[in-house]
Amino acid sequence: MEWGDLTEITLRSLAVSLSATGVAALIAMPFGAWLAIQPFRGRRWAIATLNALIGIPPVVVGLVVYLLLSRSGPFGVLGLLFTPWAMILAQVVVITPLIASLTHQTVRDLWLRYRDLLVSMNTTRRQRLAILLRDGQRGLMTAGLAGFGRAIGEVGAIMIVGGNIDHATRVLTTAITLETSKGNLWFAVALGAVLIALSLVVSLGAHALSRGERRAQW
Amino acid sequence: MIRLLLTLTLAVSAMTAQADTMRLAVTTSFQNSGLADELLPAIRRDTGHDIQVLVVGTGQALRLGAAGDVDAVLVHAKSSELAHIQAGHAPYRREVMYNDFVILGPQSDPAGVAKAETAAAAFSILAQGDTRFASRGDDSGTHKAERAIWEASGNAPSGSWYIETGAGMGATLNTAVGLGAYVMADRASWLNFGNKSDFEILFEGDVRLFNQYAFLPTSAEKHPHIDGELAKSIESWLTGPTGQGMIGAYRVDGVQVFFPNANDQTQQSNHGQRPKLAIPTCPRPPVHSGQRP
Repeated sequence: MEWGDLTEITLRSLAVSLSATGVAALIAMPFGAWLAIQPFRGRRWAIATLNALIGIPPVVVGLVVYLLLSRSGPFGVLGLLFTPWAMILAQVVVITPLIASLTHQTVRDLWLRYRDLLVSMNTTRRQRLAILLRDGQRGLMTAGLAGFGRAIGEVGAIMIVGGNIDHATRVLTTAITLETSKGNLWFAVALGAVLIALSLVVSLGAHALSRGERRAQW
Repeated sequence: MIRLLLTLTLAVSAMTAQADTMRLAVTTSFQNSGLADELLPAIRRDTGHDIQVLVVGTGQALRLGAAGDVDAVLVHAKSSELAHIQAGHAPYRREVMYNDFVILGPQSDPAGVAKAETAAAAFSILAQGDTRFASRGDDSGTHKAERAIWEASGNAPSGSWYIETGAGMGATLNTAVGLGAYVMADRASWLNFGNKSDFEILFEGDVRLFNQYAFLPTSAEKHPHIDGELAKSIESWLTGPTGQGMIGAYRVDGVQVFFPNANDQTQQSNHGQRPKLAIPTCPRPPVHSGQRP
């Protein structure tokens, strides 16, 4: 593998997992917040199910997405199998419960504090969601980073739906698997170091953007 | 946030935009031997088609072909291939090249496999269970070949000494080396393997260790989205003078690991017997000790 290839798979890892995190956040954050402020029958069950789905095995997700996207499956005509789109889809399914659960946790704590105020101001549900999500953005960032971390380190699902095709769907984790299978163990470890460095860069970037932890400020 | 997503969408779109892309499922040995990296750029250059390679076991490769998820497969398990054709998933098979399997183990050879006369006899020695044996256990071509030899040896391998890794060739070699277990692998994968430790080839050269690779296009009749011409052009290249020449010229550490035989007289494209030539007549590479020169 050459340097150009390394850059390529690193950027692909980043693009796929950031996209998956973005899409998952758009679904999971409003849902998690809604779950926190909207009482309904069976909510406890819904939350327990959500928390259980955090541990959903990526390889099972990969298998289900494969069966759906396969040419012999219901969405085969889309021709998405073995493309980065399929990998994004699988990662979205894997990390959405995690982000939703962490969002729910954050928003629930805020809601306990804001509830009387927001109710007395006669806010609509939409306004409440917006306020809670904005004021809870630090917790939401952690939720997003946790989701991203799970997505970029994941290999079971994307191996099945992406296929680890060189110059098409190969990312860092699947490249590590490949190099290990070739017995190039040290090269695989080096790729692992790149993967960790990438997570660190994204995490630092997110913290810098949120302007937190500045001097004399929380 | 929205802008970021939009940028990412464009980035991903750019990654997927391709014309005339053909997907080929190949076995791990083809990829791990390094031959794929040698042939693919040449195929792109000569045919103008982009070719995407999925590296899986023979069993999974055939399933991908049956589902219409790949345009063709390059695999090595004749009985499964014939069943695949019988089921209408592929119109025919075209033999492309062959190599052979070898039995590997620790240099000290505690079980004494090197003294065996035949592959089946070697397996009978291993079946005594004094030493461990690592099997692919993944329904791959290598696994099927291994099971056929167990059957020929009259042993049904089971017990704590028989380890089924359920993984690819490389992963299984890693396991075997780690546990000091005997293992059967194709010669190409072994020579190109980077974590040999003190392992070496202990047995080779039996007819049963013959390993034929064949190209099976996916049935365009069954899967209208498959462009049969694309697979045809790749097949023509692989079996033509350039492809066959490159396969024969490929060396790992100076050793020839694949032998082109697409145009042998005995070649049967649809069905028929094993090519007359087998291991004894195949120019056997010198025993490779595992140390790189």
